[in-house]
Order: sequence, then structure tokens, then C-alpha cells
Amino acid sequence: MRKYEDVITAYTIILLLIGIVGIFQSWSLALTIFNFCLISAVMTIGANIQWGYAGLINFGIMGYTALGGLAVVLVNVPPVKEAWSAGGLSIIFCILIIFTIIFSIQYVLKKLKKSKKRNYIIASIIIFGLIILRLISAPAFENIESVDPARTGFLGGLGLPILFSWIIGGFFAAGVAYIIGKVALGLRADYLAIATLLIAEIIVSIIKHEEWLARGVKNVIGLKKPVPYERDLQSSDWFISLVENLYSSKLSLINSLSERQDFLNQLVIDSSSVFVKLCMALLFLSVVILLLIITQKALYSPWGRKMRAIRDNEEAAKAMGKNVVKEHLLIFILGSAVVGIAGAMMVTNDGLFTPGSYRPMRYTFLIWVMVIVGGTGNNFGAILGGFVVWFLWVEAAPIALFIINLCTSHLPETNEIRVHLINSAPYFRFLMIGIGLLVIMRFRPQGILPEKIIKN
Amino acid sequence: MDFINAILVLLNYTIVPALTYGSQLALGAIFVTLIYGILRFANFATGDMMSFGTMFAVLLTYYFQSLGINLGIFPTALITIPFATFMMILYMLSIDKFVFEYYRIKKSPPVQLAMVSVGVMFVTQAIIRIIIGPADRIFLDGQKFILKASEFKEMTGLNEGLTIKSTQAITLVVTMIVVSIMFWFLNRTKTGTSMRAYSDNEDLALLSGIDPKRIVLITWIIAGILATIGGILYGLDKSYRPFVYFNNMLPIFAAAIVGGIGNPFGAFLGGYVIAFAEIFLTYAYKKFFTYILPEALEPNSMMQILSTDYKFAVSFSILVIVLLFRPTGIFKGKTL
Repeated sequence: MRKYEDVITAYTIILLLIGIVGIFQSWSLALTIFNFCLISAVMTIGANIQWGYAGLINFGIMGYTALGGLAVVLVNVPPVKEAWSAGGLSIIFCILIIFTIIFSIQYVLKKLKKSKKRNYIIASIIIFGLIILRLISAPAFENIESVDPARTGFLGGLGLPILFSWIIGGFFAAGVAYIIGKVALGLRADYLAIATLLIAEIIVSIIKHEEWLARGVKNVIGLKKPVPYERDLQSSDWFISLVENLYSSKLSLINSLSERQDFLNQLVIDSSSVFVKLCMALLFLSVVILLLIITQKALYSPWGRKMRAIRDNEEAAKAMGKNVVKEHLLIFILGSAVVGIAGAMMVTNDGLFTPGSYRPMRYTFLIWVMVIVGGTGNNFGAILGGFVVWFLWVEAAPIALFIINLCTSHLPETNEIRVHLINSAPYFRFLMIGIGLLVIMRFRPQGILPEKIIKN
Repeated sequence: MDFINAILVLLNYTIVPALTYGSQLALGAIFVTLIYGILRFANFATGDMMSFGTMFAVLLTYYFQSLGINLGIFPTALITIPFATFMMILYMLSIDKFVFEYYRIKKSPPVQLAMVSVGVMFVTQAIIRIIIGPADRIFLDGQKFILKASEFKEMTGLNEGLTIKSTQAITLVVTMIVVSIMFWFLNRTKTGTSMRAYSDNEDLALLSGIDPKRIVLITWIIAGILATIGGILYGLDKSYRPFVYFNNMLPIFAAAIVGGIGNPFGAFLGGYVIAFAEIFLTYAYKKFFTYILPEALEPNSMMQILSTDYKFAVSFSILVIVLLFRPTGIFKGKTL
């Protein structure tokens, strides 16, 4: 028990803070924060696998998050039959062509020796293939996008349950991470950071602008949630009687029948939203706990020890016969897959897919701040970082407003500086996060919960 | 005649804008490369530092306008350059003092410094948004065009016009002046030489009596000048919006790496490589081909290689290709 003392203290504090939000603001808001904390926690687990275990710096978190979101659309939305008949065949044909290009390049690479001739052949295969692709795909995309563009205009998905998409999201991200890892992992740390940052931007811009795939910036709305809906709850008898029982003491205080009915209705509406979020929270919490158990086991297994050895001294690990390149690729894929799952969870929580909202500030740098603040190489720390930073990110504006009001209370209401400061309260979140990161990096570079090495 | 028209189309819609955009990127890229070469870290606060300097130019432009000071046909922002640069250098030096110096003395790995620069990025963004807000601002005044399309058509009697905005000319002229002074400084003066020596081999440079504090100070001063001027030129040409400046960091990084990071001349050319690639690959060549091809062969599609939505993606793809095949950049930079 002793070695987990600081972990327990830290978690109690942050849960208490969320509880305070519940009491003073509203429970619905507190649960929203809690859900996003859990999603952020999954992302930080992913980033921590790469950075904490293996020292790989991946600034492409945004890309994998978007891929996870894409998976939700492709799995959950029912297929659009008209679009499939308009251009489905051509799309399948295009995919076949892409595979042909890849395999023919591989064939050339294997059969021919390294020479100028080989380079020319490969280049001509790529250019020729791209021209054919363009010729086939352009009319198909146009046809698909013109099918009821206000509502669909894309191929739709498979119409499967949304929970299934979490796994698919992981696989999507893993697949793309494999390609990126093959390309970029040989680079030195800070180049890798820049390269992954830019590659993530390419991924997001493809998702944004290929409207036949997932409607692009036109967004997909109305994704089915894996939990009951508020309006169904509000009309179901068991839920109303449940709320009645829960609040029976409060209700009995009201004498007038109509007033009591109104109050009950209000309570039902409030608690239905809380109930839905609670269900979501349970789902997310089970994912976080599952991942925590797996990562914890992995970290203290021989494999985890090997990863730490590679991180701390690559040369020595190489000399001991460890395949550094392979292990780096593996861990890059694993971490990215976890981030992909988080991306799918986030879209599930929102119920809509908005590619325009994927920005590096929110989905890459903020996640990195979480990992650094929480504690690199420590799974509990990473999750804690997700909680603390997300809490600050959301609650920074109210806190800033409170401080501003306190500091400027001697100024008149109409004072220009005071009004300006109050209007810019939302931007204090950047200030708090930035200063928080700088302070942690300076005085506690290991994070709030530092890495613990257990020696047998 | 058709041939001249076709050339004019290209000149008007691709070459002139690409030269302008390229110059703006080049200034930023030299800034990134200098910091990387001498202070040895990837500065993720690049875009926001440029934005910070520009913010002062915007505010001072408004102030000067209210006082009635202007430069006639030139934008008022040109007078504000020295003041804005001064504020920028002051900010950079204090950031260096309070944040970066500690890690430099401790000889932290470059990754840690890069992470610290992310923190600086957050703080800078917050300060900018608190002072000036996130809104889009246009602070260009004075004469807008040097050459209007209609005037050009009248003058030459051609079908196609050539438009040159005053901001485009100012960008090119100012960039050339700043960059040539900088290269003269780096290559011809003693301080510049010692800076390059420090960048090439720190230990050897220290051994030969070069004062590292002075090198760092001068690097930040040059960086401040480049960042502010680059930012102001971009803001004059397009508009000033903090979020856009943050995003500009990405093509700037691409330019610096394509040119070979740590190599200022490479970064300068890298800016143009990125700008020309972005604009040439996303321009619709339909009009161009209608002029040069005989009527029977006239294209009916847009003749566009990539949609303009992929403008940013183009520069990043170039970066990835360069990293794959020539990791040191086109013009030999530091080895990776």
C-alpha cells in the first residue's frame, strides 16, 4: 500500500476537485469534465507508451485521433445505397489499383538491383498509376458527392454497433502508424517531432477534404450512442419512478400537486442527462482500467524492461542484440492504436464527427502537456496528467474570471482595463497551461508522479 | 501574342504570389534555422513569436494613425518596424533569461528544450490573445496597388492584365535588404564568423575564446529582427490573425528542413521551394493551356494537379519526401 500512497493522494485530490464542480456548478457539467478527463487519459496512455516507455516523440496525436473518429463514421453510419450504386464500384476498383501499384513496386524492388533504371521504373509506375487513379476516381467522387449532398453525399459506413468502432479505430491508427513509422522513425528526436506533426496535418487535411469518404468539413451528425437517449429516458416509467424515489424527501416537501409535478419533470430532465453521462463514464472507465492493467503488466514485464533499456541507452541495447528498429516500430504502432481508440471514444461521446475541429493545439500539444505534467513513464501519472490538465483547461476560464474580479474589484465597473480583461478570460487557459508546463519542466521534470522502477 | 498572354497568366497568378509568400516563409525559416543551429533546439513557438512582434506593429499602426502620422503611399506599419522589433527582442531575451538559459547551462537534450518551447508557445499565445484578441485585423494603409490589371491592359493592349500589389513589392524589397544584410553580417564580420564557428563546433569555438553569452544574445537579436519583419510582411500582405500565424509555423518548419536545417542560405531558398511547390501544384492551369494550345486541344477540365484544399499538405509531403531521400535537406544542413 505504501508505494501507492502518492498515487492515491493525487487521485483523491483531483476527484474531489471534480466533485466541487459538481456541487457548485452542476453534476451534469462535472460528469462532462469527468468523461473528457477519461478520454484524455486514454490519449495520454497512448502518448506515454511512446514517450515514457521508448522515448519516441510523436507530435502526430491529432492525426490518430482523427483516424479514430473516422472509424466511428465508417463503422456506425448505415451504408448509403444510392452512393454505392453511383460510385461504389469505381472506388473498389481504385483500391485494387492502389494495391496493384504497391505490389508492383515491391516486386520491382525485389527483382531489380539498385540502379538508376530501377528508380525510373518505380517513378513511372507511380506516375502512371496516379494518372489512372485520377481518371477513374474523379467522376466517381463527383457522383457520390452529388447524392443528396445536404444529408449524405458520401458512401456511408457499415451500420454496425458503435462500440465496435473503438476497436476498428485502434486498427486504423495502427495501420497508418505502421506506414509513418517505416518512413519517419529513423529520424533524430526533434525531426521526428516535426515530421509527425506535419504528417498528422496531412491526414487531417485528407479527412477534411475528401467528402466522399466522411462528408469532410460538412460534418457527420447523429451517430448512435451506445447508451440510452435522454428523451427515451424522460418518457420511460421506470426512470421516472427511480427519480421519484431518489428525491422523495425533497418532493414530499412541496404541497401543491401541480408544482410537485413541475418539479418532478425538471428533475427527470436533469437526471436523464446525468444518467446518460454516467453510463458513458462507466464505459470509458472500463476502457481506462483495462488499458491501465495491460500497460502496467507490460511495463513491468521483461518486454517493458527491454523498452526502458532501449530508451536509456540505445547503443548498449543494440550491443546486447536487441532489435531497436523493430521495437521502436512496434511501440509506435501500439501507442498510436491506443490514441486511435481514444479518438473513436471522443466522437462516440460527442455523437458527431467534425473534421474541422482537429487542431494541433488541442489534440497534440495539450496531450503532450498532460503526459509531461502527469509523469513520463508512469501510467498512473499519465492518467493523472490527463485529469489535471483537462480540468484546468475547462475550469481555467471561471478561475481566471474569479481572480480578475478579485484583483480589479477596486476599479469601477466600466473601467476599460477591467472590461478588456474580463472579455479575454477564456484565453487565460493558455497562460495557465503554459506556465504550468514550464514550472513542472523546471522544478519537477519527472512530472507529478515520477517513474518508479521496481527492482526485484 | 497568345504566348505572352499565357506567360502573363502564370506571372500574375503563380510567380508573383509565390515570390511574395516565399519571401515571408524564408524569413521565418532563417529564424528557425538560426535558433536550431546556434541554440540547438526546434523552436515550436516560432509562429507565435512572429505573431507577437506583429501584434506590436498592429497596435502601433493604430496609434500612429490616431496621431495622424503616416508615410503617404507607403503603409504606416513600416515606421513601426523598429519599435516592434525592439519589443520583440526584449520579449525574446527575457524568455531566454527566465526559461531557456537554465536548460542551456544544464546542457539538456534538444527534445527537452523543444518541449519547453511548447510551453513558451502556450504562454505567448495567451499573452497575444489577452492583449489583442483573436480577431482578424487588417492594418494595411497607403496605396494598395502599384500596377492594376486594367492599367496594364491599357498600356500594352494585351488580353491579360498584370497586378502588382504594393505589399508584394514591399515584401520582396524588404526581404532582399534584410537577408543581404544578414548574410553580409554572418559571412563578413568577425561576430558573424564566430557565430558560425559556434554553430559548427561548440567546444572548439569556446576553446578559441568565443563568448557564448554574446553569441546567444546576438542570435536572439537577429532572430527578433527576422521574426518581426517576416510577421509584419505577412500581416500586411494577407491580414493579422493569431491563429493563422500559429499555423504558419508548419510550412516554415518544412522550409527550414527542406533547405537543410542549420543552414541559413538553405532555409532562405527552402522558403521559395515550399511556396512555389504549394502554388504550382494547386493552381488551375486551364487558362494557361487555352492560350498556348491550339483551339482543338483546349482542355475542358480545370487542369489542376491538386485541389487548393491541399495547399498545406503539399509542403508537408515535400518535407516527407526530402526527409526520406535526403535527410540533410537539399542544401546540406546538419546531419540527422
